[in-house]
Formats: sequence, C-alpha cells, structure tokens
Amino acid sequence: MRITILPEKKHVELSGRRRVSDVLRELGYLPGTAMVIRGDELVPEGEMLEPNDDIEIRSVISGGS
Amino acid sequence: MKCTRCGGHAEVKLRRHNANFCRDCFVPHVHRQVERSISKHRMIARDERVLVGVSGGKDSLALWDILIELGYKTTGLHLSLGIGSYSDASTEKTVAFAKARDLPLVTVSLREEGLAVDDATAFTNRPACSACGTLKRHYFDKLAYERGFPVVATGHNLDDEAARLLGNVLHWHMDYLSRQHPVLHSTHEKFVRKVKPMYRCSEYESAAYCFFRGIDYIIEECPNSVGATQLNHKHILNQLEATSPGSKLAFVQEFIDKAQPRLRDVESSPPRTCEGCGMPSYAELCSRCRLLREVASKRERRDAGRVSP
Repeated sequence: MRITILPEKKHVELSGRRRVSDVLRELGYLPGTAMVIRGDELVPEGEMLEPNDDIEIRSVISGGS
Repeated sequence: MKCTRCGGHAEVKLRRHNANFCRDCFVPHVHRQVERSISKHRMIARDERVLVGVSGGKDSLALWDILIELGYKTTGLHLSLGIGSYSDASTEKTVAFAKARDLPLVTVSLREEGLAVDDATAFTNRPACSACGTLKRHYFDKLAYERGFPVVATGHNLDDEAARLLGNVLHWHMDYLSRQHPVLHSTHEKFVRKVKPMYRCSEYESAAYCFFRGIDYIIEECPNSVGATQLNHKHILNQLEATSPGSKLAFVQEFIDKAQPRLRDVESSPPRTCEGCGMPSYAELCSRCRLLREVASKRERRDAGRVSP
C-alpha cells in the first residue's frame, strides 16, 4: 500500500494486508494522534488496509507554547 | 466495524467512550458535546453576539462551524500573526471558510499593527509562543471590547487543556491554575468573558469533524511549534491515554469540578490601566506594550548599527 504522510509530505510503501493500528504503530503514531484516510472516508483503528490501498495519514496534533 | 448508535458503517472509534460512530452520528455527537459544555458552564447566552477567534486551523474552524450549527450569532476574528508564509496560508484558509459560508469576519494584521510575531522573535529572547500568546490575548480583548462583543470563544480542545494543566501542575503555577477554566469571567470592563466550548473534544474528534464537514483547514504546523514544551506534554498524555483511555478527560474534568473551585481564592490584585494602550494591565505597561517597546528599542539600536538582531 502507498501511504502519504501529512503534514510532512512523506511517502512510504508497505506490503501486505495490515490492520490500521499496526500501520500506525509501525510508523510511530500513538492511538488517536493521526487520521487514516482512504479516498473520502476515515478508516478507524481495528479495520484492515488492503495491499493496493492509497492511504493518507494525517497528524491531528497541533500547538505550541 | 459498526456504528454503536445506528449500526451503519463506522468511520470513527472513540476508545474513551467505548463507542464507534458513522459520520452521520459522529457530527451530532460533537454538537451535543459542545452544547453540553456551553450549557453546563453557562458560557454563552442565546441572544449574545460571540466573537470567535479563528486561526485557520482545525479547532477554531470546527468551533465556528459548530456554533453556527447550534444557532449562535457569531463573527470571526482572525489575527494574521506575521509568521512568514505560514500566516499567509492560515489567513487564506480562514477567509475562504468565511467567504464560502457568507460569514462576518474581522481580519487584523499584526504586522500592520506594528508588531508581528516574527519581529518579537527576531528582536527579543522571548519564546515565539509566549510572544504570540501575549499578542493574541491583547487583540482578542481589545477588539471584543471595541466592537461590543460580551464574549470571545476560542477553539482550545481537550488535548490543549490537558497539556496546559500538566504544565501548570508540574510547576504548581497556582495563579495560572486558578485561572484555568473553560470560562474566564470578566474581571474588568475591557476584559470580556473568554470561553472554550471545545474543551471536552479531543484533537482527533476536532480533525474528524472537519473531515466530515468538508472544512479545509491548514494542515501544516506552525514553524515556531517545533520542540515546544506543550507538544511534549501532549505526547506524554497520549502515551497515558493509549493504555488508559479516558485519562485526559478525567484529568481535565476532575480538575475543573474538584480542584479548580478551591483555587479561586488565590490572591491576585485587580488590573489597572496600561499607560501605553489603555487596556487593563497588572503592571504600569501591559505585556503587549512591554513587548512593543522592547522590539522598538532593539530595532532602533540595530538600525543605528550597534546591535544585530
């Protein structure tokens, strides 16, 4: 699967069928810190991502001070 | 995965609620959470005009959208902070949001006001986020007062409030803790009420809300936030949340319900009038005017060739 990571605009490819939570863990995200987007839908933790999927992982953490 | 409410196709899993939501059930769920916070803390009366601080980021745009959906009378206030191209992009998103929905928006450029955040960081040793916070507070108060708004709403979310609470507790900042509440009542005629209707919504909920509502927000992070302490506190709290879902909400809500009322007696003298701008201040000059003078004096010395920024 092809993954675009925002806001860093990085691209990553992973092979095989994988669970969302496993992909997030592998890429270093804690639960609830990034949205996983496939097309026009959000894919929740626990769901599976398919080998041919185009995925966007978008961090939701913002802030300063 | 099925929606806990209607059995439809779930797109969001909220571990702290032990519930899954489809988009059609999630959006009203967020509305209900915000409405409940507004009503519980008597943040905004139905007939009040609300000035909404809008940055162009997910939280403030989500807040503006929610308040409109809930039927409140809103006007957006956007401060163009003067943080390079990041501010230009933020202004663009905010203006586009308001324009597409035909909403009233006031935009103020801090550069045109004489002090952009970039100037504050170039000419002083203050951390950018501290200068930025000082300027935002000043202009929110000033513009709300001048334009007759009784209340300013900001998009601070659960993660912001939990991280701020952790930071305040780590140093036992009693004065800050005594003022950490979703409603900051007016203590001076020129300090209007400040409210945080999103304080029970996590960052994920806020982002997911924007996604489902088609709200185009700025995804890029503020360049000044790199290495900010608040992000470290958020990371620590998210580690805790991963093993104990609901920790962040409990931390913040239990503080508000149990500890914060006991801190309201922490003594603070009433504000006086700033000699620079006439706004309320706890010293001769308010923090914004002190910052303004420091930048002006260092800029003058640099221009005279004695000091480089």
